[in-house]
Amino acid sequence: MKTRRLLPILPVLTLLAMLGPVVAGLYGTALPAFGHLPAAGLTGPSLNPFFELFDWAGLPRAVMLSLGVGVGATVIALTIVMLLTAGWSGTRAFRFLECLLSPLLSVPHAAAAFGLAFLITPSGWISRALSPAVTGWDRPPDLLIVQDPLGLTMMAGLVIKEVPFLLLITLAALGQADTTRSMAVAQALGYGRVTGWLKTVFPRVYAQIRLAVYVVLAYSMSVVDVAVILGPNTPPSLSVYIVRLMSDPDLAMRLQGAAAALLQLGLVIGALIIWRIGEVVVAALGLRWIMAGHRGKIDPVVGAFALLASGACAFAVVVGIVVLGVWSFAGFWSFPDFLPDQFTLRNWMRFGPNTLAALGETALIAGCVTLVALVLTIGCLEAEYRHGLTLSQRGMWLLYLPLLVPQTAFLPGLQTLMLNIGADVGRVPVMLAHLVFVLPYVFLSLADPFRAWDARMGTIANALGARPDRVLWAVRLPMLLRPILTAMAVGLSVSVGQYLATLLIGGGRVATLTTEAVALASGGDRRAIGVYGLMQTGAALVPFTLALIVPAIVWRNRKGLRHG
Amino acid sequence: MKHLAILAALIAPVSAFADPNPADWDAVKAEAAGQTVYWNAWGGSTTTNDFLAWVGSRVAEDYGVTLEHVKLTDTADAVTRVLAEKQAGEDDDGAIDMIWINGANFAAMKEADLLFGPYAEQLPNWAVVDVAGKTVQTDFTVPTDGYESPWAMAQVVFVHDTADMPNDIGSMAELLEWAQANPGRFSYPQPPDFLGTTFLKQVLVDILPDPSVLSAEVTDDNYAEVTAPLWAYLDELTPNLWREGKAYPATGTAMFPLIADDELDLSISFSPGAASTAIANFELPDTVRTFVLDKGTIGNASFVTIPYNSGSKAGAMVVANFLMSPEAQARAQDPAILGYGTVLDMEAITAEERAVFDGLELGIATLTPAELGTVQAEPHPSWATRLADDWADRYGVSQ
Amino acid sequence: MVKGLTLGNVAISKGGTPLLSLSATVAPGEVLSIMGPSGVGKSTLLAFVTGTLAPVFSASGSVHLDGQDITHTPPHQRRVGILFQDDLLFPHLSVGANLAFGLQVGGTKQERLAKINAALTEVGLEGFANRDPATLSGGQKARVALMRMLLSEPSALLLDEPFSRLDSALRAQVRELVFARASARGLPVLMVTHDAEDAAAAGGEIITLTPIQ
Repeated sequence: MKTRRLLPILPVLTLLAMLGPVVAGLYGTALPAFGHLPAAGLTGPSLNPFFELFDWAGLPRAVMLSLGVGVGATVIALTIVMLLTAGWSGTRAFRFLECLLSPLLSVPHAAAAFGLAFLITPSGWISRALSPAVTGWDRPPDLLIVQDPLGLTMMAGLVIKEVPFLLLITLAALGQADTTRSMAVAQALGYGRVTGWLKTVFPRVYAQIRLAVYVVLAYSMSVVDVAVILGPNTPPSLSVYIVRLMSDPDLAMRLQGAAAALLQLGLVIGALIIWRIGEVVVAALGLRWIMAGHRGKIDPVVGAFALLASGACAFAVVVGIVVLGVWSFAGFWSFPDFLPDQFTLRNWMRFGPNTLAALGETALIAGCVTLVALVLTIGCLEAEYRHGLTLSQRGMWLLYLPLLVPQTAFLPGLQTLMLNIGADVGRVPVMLAHLVFVLPYVFLSLADPFRAWDARMGTIANALGARPDRVLWAVRLPMLLRPILTAMAVGLSVSVGQYLATLLIGGGRVATLTTEAVALASGGDRRAIGVYGLMQTGAALVPFTLALIVPAIVWRNRKGLRHG
Repeated sequence: MKHLAILAALIAPVSAFADPNPADWDAVKAEAAGQTVYWNAWGGSTTTNDFLAWVGSRVAEDYGVTLEHVKLTDTADAVTRVLAEKQAGEDDDGAIDMIWINGANFAAMKEADLLFGPYAEQLPNWAVVDVAGKTVQTDFTVPTDGYESPWAMAQVVFVHDTADMPNDIGSMAELLEWAQANPGRFSYPQPPDFLGTTFLKQVLVDILPDPSVLSAEVTDDNYAEVTAPLWAYLDELTPNLWREGKAYPATGTAMFPLIADDELDLSISFSPGAASTAIANFELPDTVRTFVLDKGTIGNASFVTIPYNSGSKAGAMVVANFLMSPEAQARAQDPAILGYGTVLDMEAITAEERAVFDGLELGIATLTPAELGTVQAEPHPSWATRLADDWADRYGVSQ
Repeated sequence: MVKGLTLGNVAISKGGTPLLSLSATVAPGEVLSIMGPSGVGKSTLLAFVTGTLAPVFSASGSVHLDGQDITHTPPHQRRVGILFQDDLLFPHLSVGANLAFGLQVGGTKQERLAKINAALTEVGLEGFANRDPATLSGGQKARVALMRMLLSEPSALLLDEPFSRLDSALRAQVRELVFARASARGLPVLMVTHDAEDAAAAGGEIITLTPIQ
């Protein structure tokens, strides 16, 4: 009886947990942006913070960087994923990449960025592998690769992580689009794989993944940790600049930081609008292309390129993690040696105890947040099932909203607000902030399998005399064990990867593997970064592995659940 | 928000705790037992982190104080936090109990009344501090007035890989010549990083005929004229820097791996023993040595300070006092651990304690106190701030 | 007291459009077959009887079971059993656990096991208690699903195209089994089907629904 009263409130509670902090944070950002910070004796409204911001000589480049990297990374990642799916879905190569998907997804952005940096710097692993035999270098060349002013490396760092994300979303969408028959028809009409797919399946698939693409765009424009590790510093991207302003001892800088945060929000909104216009343009061009009837002569070349590009993304993440591992065990390691002079446990002995403490903190936060997110999600979905409280298409937007609002726009404001109500530091506020990001992902990954569950199972169980709660606990949840564990793994990895939310809301007191690792980035100690990056990856990877193994063991004698 | 702030001020107890009196050390020790001290200190150096962890284990053992190292990427973060807490009316139990601090940030906090004290000169171990011989009562020319206590001495040294760059350099002018002859082999951390700004000051101190103008506060009148030679120098140097000055290492320690990779031949450090320590940790090749300029290099003391709203002031004082103990100082000076200079007066400590210092192997890359030569005074902190800002405008956004 | 299942003036509509209306009584041991083309709302009618009508439908009328009005009773308290064309055995439970899920609460562990084994024996599946349902043949699954339903001691049985997935040889066999068991327990049976052979084999009254214009 208790659940019956509780259940209908859960959707409201969920929206509150997800959107409350975002709205409050934006409010807390808007006030100081217009010169209103009573605590510092400043009352607005005033436009001075914006004038000061526009006075900064680096602003045009910082803005261009944010736009260029964001749009560039999104276009590249989307192109690779679409062409890959077009050219290869259903093939063995595609299935191999599908297997790599979960591990690739779970690698935190920061760890992937470190791995990439360790690979492609002039003294990186690739250069070492080719030197001096191929390149003739006996010392690393003075080439600006990492931290390049155009942010190309940062873009690459984002692409290697966004490709697996978009691929996952695309795979889910493919299940709902009638691709096989469309492709059979197109190929029978003489269309190549890629062209046929783009002309028949792509429009349907894109309509399904559109919101996820917007998330990638908003995220890439406002990312902080990847920008700190791979992005330029002369000047930095707008988001990094915001974080820097927000931590300046001069309080007036906070006003300017808030103004920059609003600018960032405006940029993301502007970019989304431009993207939407671009969609219309591409659709019109696409229609002309379809009408022209080209069958796709260069399809094999395009397909090969897509496979190569996605293979390179997977390679960069996987080998990047390997090189983190090598560094974590490295003794002295000079250029151009391919491997260190000696391997040692010394680094692990030095950093091990600290990483364990950070791992404990990380696990505690991620565990609690994911559990809460799971309860809320299952509550919402069950309320939907029992009471017909379905989310409309507009509701889906609400779900994506926390992922579309740039973190750098609302987290600083949230910090100020939390400070004012005395809930300033510690684990619990950090958990609430993490929940904002974890909830949508848990919801999105669990919703489809939950809804796809055969409701007649529920009718049968009811008819057998089981009350709704028993149906949920004894039938539905056990049958959905695998998707639930997967959703948990997604939630855990999202929480593990949170940098800005932990840093700003935790006030530095909450040290997770990610904040520790990014803090180490400034020190450049590759051995320490290797240890932390590896631990961070492990923290995200282990739950994914368990999500695969546990159902396989629990249901080892249940053939009917082996693939569901 | 305004109402919330007022509400918070009303709810907060008027003055819940009386501050501990540093002169009554027994009372301080009694109060400290069981307290948790959040020490906000830069966390980018793993050797420093290890040392802080050791300090934590020792004060837990002797005084029952729990020390938590809050790892910062920038000390200014901690200053901001205290400031924000003051605005929010959090006057009794702020997030920060102790900060590893330096010039500009200390000046800012002292100016804004964000510090507890004076306490430093009442600590028992102050008696053995070398007040006469080391700059422990001024921090970048700002009087400490007992609001911060010293725990290490630092001095600029140049770190070079003798395998690629066998000879020392005697002046900043020579450094420029060498960089022009060997482009791409030198860099410095990007200001406003502490060491990067120090490099700017070091250039200025070395190329100015009379650097005494720097000991007074900067004025709008003299700034442009005094710093003109610096910018001329940097305009010539920058194209010959690593990555042609389009990117800079984030911090001093970030330059060590670049030397190990053979990307850089020369860099600077603010810790005379850091190179030897890094060699021991496989972070630098054993061909690395250090040197100072003919006219000497800039040096200063590292301090810790206690925010006015710390809820564990007694615990923080116990830690601050322990940091000045011969035991902690000798460990910090050990190049295998940290390689930081001591703030203690060798004459004031016992012969037994002195023997520990004398027994330290300084390491192959560490200069002896005699070789370190003249310590040049830090300019007034107002110079550092303006230099860093100006640098950012000139070189930080131009590429 | 009127024994059996009575539908009184049941009318179901979807979004304001009437779908079907019906009054009928099924006596204990009797089978009422409802026929009609797909989309006419046969399964919707059963959902109304089980109390699991989707929110997009609205319904009026009443359902009485053994004289009791169950129109607004929660689904799990209606004592109305249902079989679908798919066996819908819980894939995470063994055959025995599936049956135990249906078995009314009460009795010792041994007594419950005995009932389960007896039920399996009744349909020729002795020793199948620990089997994974996914390893059973179609006919075996259908038999387990039937016994699971009967163990819950329902007062009426609904059949939703129950035999349409089975091949013709098996079909007659299972059909006979279901009707025999239902008849032996004196259950009123309401079956919806589009298969005339099923309806004929049921031997009871046949109502053919036609789409309401």
